[in-house]
Amino acid sequence: MKNIYLIAAKEIQESLRNRWVLLMTALLAALALSLTFLGSAPVGTVGARTLDVVIVSLSSLTIFLVPLLALLISHDAIVGESERGTMLLLLSYPVSRGQVLLGKFAGHLAILTFATVLGYGTAAVTLSATGSTISAQSWTAFASMIGTSILLGAAFIAIGYLVSVLVRERATAAGTAIGVWLLFVIVFDMGLLGVLVVDQGRLISPTTLSGLLLLNPTDVYRLLNLAGATNVSSFSGMSGLAGTVALSPGLLLCALAGWTLVPLTFAAMIFSRREM
Amino acid sequence: MTSLVEISHITKRFGSVDGVRDISFVLQPGQTVALVGHNGAGKTTLIKLMLGLLRPTEGHIRVLGEDPATGGPEARRKLGYLPESVSFNTALTGHEVLAFYARLKSEPLDCIGPLLDRVGLTKAADRRIGTYSKGMRQRLGLAQALIGSPRLLLLDEPTTGLDPGLRMEFYEIIGELRDRGATVVLSSHVLTELEERTERVIIISGSRLVADGTIDELRRIAELPAKVRFSFAHGGTERLRDLIGAAAKAGTFNGQWAEFDVTPSQKIEVLRRAAAAGDLINDIDVIPPSLDELYAHFLRGGAA
Repeated sequence: MKNIYLIAAKEIQESLRNRWVLLMTALLAALALSLTFLGSAPVGTVGARTLDVVIVSLSSLTIFLVPLLALLISHDAIVGESERGTMLLLLSYPVSRGQVLLGKFAGHLAILTFATVLGYGTAAVTLSATGSTISAQSWTAFASMIGTSILLGAAFIAIGYLVSVLVRERATAAGTAIGVWLLFVIVFDMGLLGVLVVDQGRLISPTTLSGLLLLNPTDVYRLLNLAGATNVSSFSGMSGLAGTVALSPGLLLCALAGWTLVPLTFAAMIFSRREM
Repeated sequence: MTSLVEISHITKRFGSVDGVRDISFVLQPGQTVALVGHNGAGKTTLIKLMLGLLRPTEGHIRVLGEDPATGGPEARRKLGYLPESVSFNTALTGHEVLAFYARLKSEPLDCIGPLLDRVGLTKAADRRIGTYSKGMRQRLGLAQALIGSPRLLLLDEPTTGLDPGLRMEFYEIIGELRDRGATVVLSSHVLTELEERTERVIIISGSRLVADGTIDELRRIAELPAKVRFSFAHGGTERLRDLIGAAAKAGTFNGQWAEFDVTPSQKIEVLRRAAAAGDLINDIDVIPPSLDELYAHFLRGGAA
């Protein structure tokens, strides 16, 4: 336990030192603020919008950005240290490889949590400071959006580790991480949409569709946030899908947790067997 | 007290390539051992096996009483390792890095000050490692290996890239450790600088152990000829050839001096004859085979 904490603390210390945390927080805050205050500019108005609308915009932003940031910090975690030679030294110390991986996970998740809470929180706080009235229900929806964004980040950090223990070179890890991002964020949904259009509801039942959506952590996140709260789903245009797909929030949360635990377990297994 | 390291018939294959093949040796507490071999001979592989970073294909290995690949953390707490071309995260300071490693070994943080002092990094302790020179990083590497007064130190090519002054300091520190009873394993391909500093030499060539013993023992086993060089008065070539040539192989002459290769058993006889030669000979030098020649002998496949 102490070793996990030590490695997590070192990871955080390094990310603070090389300005990663600052950069990530600033990026998320800047995008969240501009979506909040300028999001309606294309339709001719500039001004603050209600928190429900902000949740929809930020969720869409999260689906693109959080997996990308998570993969950016995680794909290098093992292969990068092996290549630089620091892993060799670390593993000669009284620390197990599982502890190394879990420590890094805790550290990276803490960094991502900090950036998300602070970045998105800034938008909500600014919104309420500029005089918008926000209902308790909207606050809850906003908090759960932040919570699930972190969970989505955790899943992609774990996937990034799996990439990092499977490849031998940093460049391969970076390329694979980009591929993973494209697959889950863009290709999967496009493919699914194409299949649904061609199928016209003949073979793919709503149950099958639900199952297919669980195969992509970003879709799980989308269902949780855009179809969850009634206020939000009417804005997001996801209420149609939400009616078709019968998946409870509990099940969706479990799916996200599974997307974290399974890759993390595999990464730990492969890393323990690997010879340095 | 039991031995610190026991390696018996260890083989490590990488695919079809042998990393090391059928190597056995035992290290006792307080020994300083040089692990010698050309690049790629298997030195680093052997050290990684002792650290448990690699698992042997065949054979058994015990370090500080445990199997390093499966054993608990207790053994590693008493082990120090300096990897070949050590590297650190350049964003942290020297002090921060040592604090991290000391905590991992559950050592009190007040051990860091003296360690930094010992390797001469006190002034640079609060600077980022990114600003360190190669020699300073190497010294920081040694400092981390010394955390917690290890009983076994594995130093992989510790002096590569160090200037001569730093090398001397480096060997001084290693000498102190030996006096404290630590076993030090040094790998190197530079032999001459190890000559006075190690009690035992293990030579590895082509993944195999080809020699193991003290330098004197290896000299005896190798039976390499020493060189005896005479400088003589003008015109003494013929007389000297007759005099010495009977006891040793014909030497080389150039009018001013002559050089003979003599085996250990011939040496005394040659010197006796030279002494009887009177004022023919001005000066005598006896040059024992250097460590490099010894090394070359074993690498050529000489029997050990």
